[in-house]
Amino acid sequence: MSDKPKKPHKGEKDDRGESGGNRRLSVLKTYKLYVGGKFPRSESGRVYEVTDSKGTWLANAPRASRKDARDAVVAARKAFGGWSGATAYNRGQVLYRVAEMLEGRRGQFVHEVADAEGLSRAQAAEQVDATIDRWVWYAGWTDKIAQVVGGGNPVAGPFFNLSTPEPTGVVAVLAPQESSFLGLVSVVAPVIATGNTAVVIASERSPLPALSLGEVLATSDLPGGVVNILTGGTAEIAAPLAAHQDVNAIDLAGAGEALAKELEVAAADNLKRVLRPQPVDHFATPGTERLTAFLETKTVWHPTGALGVSGSSY
Amino acid sequence: MASAFEYAPAPESRSVVDIAPSYGLFIDGEFTEAADGRVFKTVSPSTEEVLSEVARAGAEDVDRAVGAARRAFVKWSALPGSERAKYLFRIARIIQERSRELAVLETLDNGKPIKETRDADLPLVAAHFFYYAGWADKLGHAGFGTDPRPLGVAGQVIPWNFPLLMLAWKIAPALATGNTVVLKPAETTPLSALFFADICRQAGLPRGVVNILPGYGDTGAALVAHPDVNKVAFTGSTAVGKAIARQVAGTRKKVTLELGGKGANIVFDDAPIDQAVEGIVTGIFFNQGQVCCAGSRLLVQESIHDELLDSLKRRLSTLRLGDPLDKNTDIGAINSAEQLARIGSLVEQGEAEGAERWSPACELPSAGYWFAPTLFTNVTQAHTVARDEIFGPVLSVLTFRTPDEAVAKANNTQYGLSAGIWTEKGSRILAVANKLRAGVVWSNTFNKFDPTSPFGGYKESGHGREGGRHGLEAYLDV
Repeated sequence: MSDKPKKPHKGEKDDRGESGGNRRLSVLKTYKLYVGGKFPRSESGRVYEVTDSKGTWLANAPRASRKDARDAVVAARKAFGGWSGATAYNRGQVLYRVAEMLEGRRGQFVHEVADAEGLSRAQAAEQVDATIDRWVWYAGWTDKIAQVVGGGNPVAGPFFNLSTPEPTGVVAVLAPQESSFLGLVSVVAPVIATGNTAVVIASERSPLPALSLGEVLATSDLPGGVVNILTGGTAEIAAPLAAHQDVNAIDLAGAGEALAKELEVAAADNLKRVLRPQPVDHFATPGTERLTAFLETKTVWHPTGALGVSGSSY
Repeated sequence: MASAFEYAPAPESRSVVDIAPSYGLFIDGEFTEAADGRVFKTVSPSTEEVLSEVARAGAEDVDRAVGAARRAFVKWSALPGSERAKYLFRIARIIQERSRELAVLETLDNGKPIKETRDADLPLVAAHFFYYAGWADKLGHAGFGTDPRPLGVAGQVIPWNFPLLMLAWKIAPALATGNTVVLKPAETTPLSALFFADICRQAGLPRGVVNILPGYGDTGAALVAHPDVNKVAFTGSTAVGKAIARQVAGTRKKVTLELGGKGANIVFDDAPIDQAVEGIVTGIFFNQGQVCCAGSRLLVQESIHDELLDSLKRRLSTLRLGDPLDKNTDIGAINSAEQLARIGSLVEQGEAEGAERWSPACELPSAGYWFAPTLFTNVTQAHTVARDEIFGPVLSVLTFRTPDEAVAKANNTQYGLSAGIWTEKGSRILAVANKLRAGVVWSNTFNKFDPTSPFGGYKESGHGREGGRHGLEAYLDV
């Protein structure tokens, strides 16, 4: 794929690869997409080289195509009915289960994030801990957001009505480019916490933690298709998603200014909900904005009727 | 249908309204001519009588108005909420005082029956100002943080179907949250917004806080595109809504859109038929069907189709169409010749595609723009009359057998604004309401509105909500 000279890959001098005097060749992982609960290669058969911050080869990541993006939307739409129809309590438990699995794989992610972002192990550990805690934070939101942003309305007439938040549907998510794991989870978790399903484009330069997250999600009771993870060229994959008639919303967090504008124009075609990119401190506790950005408000009216009595005697 | 009792004419007097022969733009607290001197005429749709000549704002006027709003924003946004509240309460009260005058004016300029302007539009207009007045000094309690800030200058473009009500929906929350506004009313109904300008003067509202720019689509486009506008609010067609969404792409402008609809009114076999028929009539013939949330697709459970249609046809035969100023009129005029032509062409297409058309015996006045209440039966989901928003008094009737089928058909549209459910079974109401992809669901009632209640659409019916606590968000930096 690349005409750059091959650099020695990480496995040859990795601490996972050596044990004592007996040099053991490590088993490298073929990273794959995560779509519909399965791990396909890109239908295009393409990959691209992923290197660490020093240019050392880490892996070949799948370079997803327009067709992969469409397949992911189909999977996300198929999963929407079940996921949005699950009780908020159930969704909360599933999200918490993801956090449990993340905790168990903490070491792996520290390693991957350190490689991906050129961080020391301590810095990477800080990122991973914050990420796991972020996931727990959103797990706790599933059964509270309706109480915070919904409610009864005191209409002036013999009716009662209730406003309830509902998921908007399939959300395309462009994960932040600079934060391969904490940034990723900060944008994915709120989308699914509220009952949406997601098609996620991982950080283009640092896609490996995202693909490993797919492995965690697959073993966490999360129904297949609720989160679909694609890697490759952000602009290439995002364009068909922004124009897709069966995508309801798009989070442009990982788009640069020019790409964001282009995608927002395409998104207008079916009036997708658009969350524009904005500066964000991923370490700060988020507000509810990323939850409410992908919620609709439904107001249901009903007559109250009359019992034939006027008021109460006490 | 011959009736034992004939109604005597009962016209509301139009002497309560003094319409001037010409009006200017309202910029920075003054009425002024358009920079290029252009004007247009506004006519009464029921008689085609020219009511007045109105200045037509161009790009230069938009620039002036936005500049005035920007200057006014500094003081207005710094005013204590309690003071802004008092201005809004004043406006609400003056609207109540002048409601008869405004109701007659709105009927003249829009063509809708006085019964509706008097009993629906005007009370709601006052209620909206009253409701949002009370929020102005309580914004820290609205759930958007302890100190939510206004956005700046709001550019607002409203349609002709509820001219003063749409103005209230837009201006009340904007002012309560500390924004200033430039509002463009529709070219066929500019008068009530200009009367509202006078109410702002009576209320002593500071200059530039509210600016009114009558004009056509080009005026609205210039307003939306103006670089010094921070917030765009639009109510109108989905096509224009998409154009606006494209135009604001890549900017920091916040945008809310209230667009088209093709509401499903679902009647189950256990529904009280007489009540359902009244609800169906309200759903589609209120305001001559020129309502974005109209229940324009009737979904009837197959087993009661014939019985319900008989009742519905009988009821439609009693509707009175004619002089909108007559207090007994149910159906007024269509807002414009252009809109009448659009309704006519969609109805012809419905017939050409094989749907069955029916209207009650109905005499249409010779002058003005009129369309008889119309039903289509034998409609399939593929028919144009079941898919496209007609925005007129035209109801398409479809059938279903099971609740699941009703939900599937109701949701089979690119729109998602409103829906109705008619059944005596409470659990079915909740189950069906839960599955409908629509922003407003009316159970055993239809077309009810209230300032405390969020209103707005899913899917291509738009972005954001107006009304209630939710309606504040559109005008706050959150």
